[in-house]
Amino acid sequence: MKILVAIKRVVDYNVKVRPTSDGKGVDIANAKKSINPFCEIAVEEAVRLKEAKQADEVIVVSVGADAVQEQLRTAMALGADRAIQVKTDAELEPLAIAKALAAIVEQEQPGLVILGKQSIDGDNNQTGQMLAALTNRPQGTFASELVVNDNDVQVTREVDGGLQTLSLSLPAIITTDLRLNEPRYASLPNIMKAKRKPLAVTELSELGIDAEPKVVITAVEAPAQRKAGIKVESVAELVDKLKNEAKVIA
Amino acid sequence: MSVLVIAEHDNKSLKGATLNTITAATQLSEQVDVLVAGTQCADVAAAVAKVAGVSNVLVFDSPAYEHQLAESLAPLLKEIASDYKYVLAPATTFGKNLLPRAAALLDCQPISDIIEVVDGTTFKRPIYAGNAIATVTSQQSKLLLTVRSTAFDPAPSQDSSAPIQNQDIAITNELSHFVGEQVAESDRPELTAANIVISGGRGMQNGDNFSLLYGIADKLGAAVGASRAAVDSGFVPNDMQVGQTGKIVAPDLYIAVGISGAIQHLAGMKDSKVIVAINKDEDAPIFQVADYGLVADLFTALPELNELL
Repeated sequence: MKILVAIKRVVDYNVKVRPTSDGKGVDIANAKKSINPFCEIAVEEAVRLKEAKQADEVIVVSVGADAVQEQLRTAMALGADRAIQVKTDAELEPLAIAKALAAIVEQEQPGLVILGKQSIDGDNNQTGQMLAALTNRPQGTFASELVVNDNDVQVTREVDGGLQTLSLSLPAIITTDLRLNEPRYASLPNIMKAKRKPLAVTELSELGIDAEPKVVITAVEAPAQRKAGIKVESVAELVDKLKNEAKVIA
Repeated sequence: MSVLVIAEHDNKSLKGATLNTITAATQLSEQVDVLVAGTQCADVAAAVAKVAGVSNVLVFDSPAYEHQLAESLAPLLKEIASDYKYVLAPATTFGKNLLPRAAALLDCQPISDIIEVVDGTTFKRPIYAGNAIATVTSQQSKLLLTVRSTAFDPAPSQDSSAPIQNQDIAITNELSHFVGEQVAESDRPELTAANIVISGGRGMQNGDNFSLLYGIADKLGAAVGASRAAVDSGFVPNDMQVGQTGKIVAPDLYIAVGISGAIQHLAGMKDSKVIVAINKDEDAPIFQVADYGLVADLFTALPELNELL
């Protein structure tokens, strides 16, 4: 079985992001970029399935400008066998990305596609579900455990009330939650080896999809800041303030 | 210009986030229909009919919808969405799972997690873990939105009942099936619906010490939450996590105990009306958002607090 993993290049999670002074975007031009953390978990899960001999090949794909090759190489250093860049300089929306990925799924016919549940920049949490719809495959979103069998995959999902387990017929689409695994660090020999692994480039325009934006960001502002309040000296003072000043407890 | 709201429920009772979603819907149109898809879900339909602002309740009662899997509900939405300009779902794990799948079938780019309706085509939503708020606008003929429940008040109930229409489109789903679930059993209120939330972090040191929070929670009628650090350390299960990747809460009172206040945690609770922080590190970032801060060892402060309540 082939596993396709989709990854996104995003601003590193340690970077404190602020709106630009013109209020049109965020100031990230010079910020450090990384693989989106949820996508890194997706790469790790695919590599573990290959190590457990449940997959033959792990292919990693990213949609974006040439800069995404850096993250594709990182994913190959973590254990992916080869990479595909769907090349575009445009910022695509989740629907367009899902369409591009659907075209790659059509070419590669993977048994599983694993994606992060959301990217930490757009916070949309849409692409995996949309890819599942476009390819008419079942979806196991927010996965915290996968058990792959011959014809199906059992997915434990993190849902609001606790955990839910579904059985999905293969081929299937999975999106990862935080507790699925802890990604490894790439070793230096593997980083060197990754430089020689194949990286194919496909022009987005060759896939024949409609990638025109349907939603436009017109302004970006900082969230309303909370003001720090007061320090109380004792538990008794705290209880008094909550009862008599804030009036939030009886 | 009517709106379809997708009700979240467990076939017996309506989930609270649906009420906040209905409020967002009433800001878009006076015609708000609510979809209840499930099996033997008449009680849910009756509850929805009593919500103020609801015009019609559309009930699809079939074993096919028992677990409301996206593989059967998304095609159902595609069938019935043609009558609506807007389709709204709560931005819960249920809504986030379903709505994008339906949107792709309709060739729509959905808008996730809206916190404000500016006008009929313009919305505000948080990006970058809430570090920025984007204003987005779309001229799509149909708009699919998920609604962050903490940003809208729950719709009140009304004396009269909206008409309930039973419909029968059953969509079979061969792709996925339900195997089981582990639902946390608790007599305490649900995190996202509680008026008071008390949460513990890494400072709690272990799961047993959470009993200090449970005692106080029971006196206050509060729900108990946790930071990601506490969940990742295995102190408590993941469904208690408050934060960007856990639950977003905005209670009247949020008490953070032994929580440093990482940005990911703040993103899940900073819209609470009153925030209390108890931490022995006076430089902890949680104090920057707390209305009342107490610099103290939680193992002496919590028993004292329990005593005084």
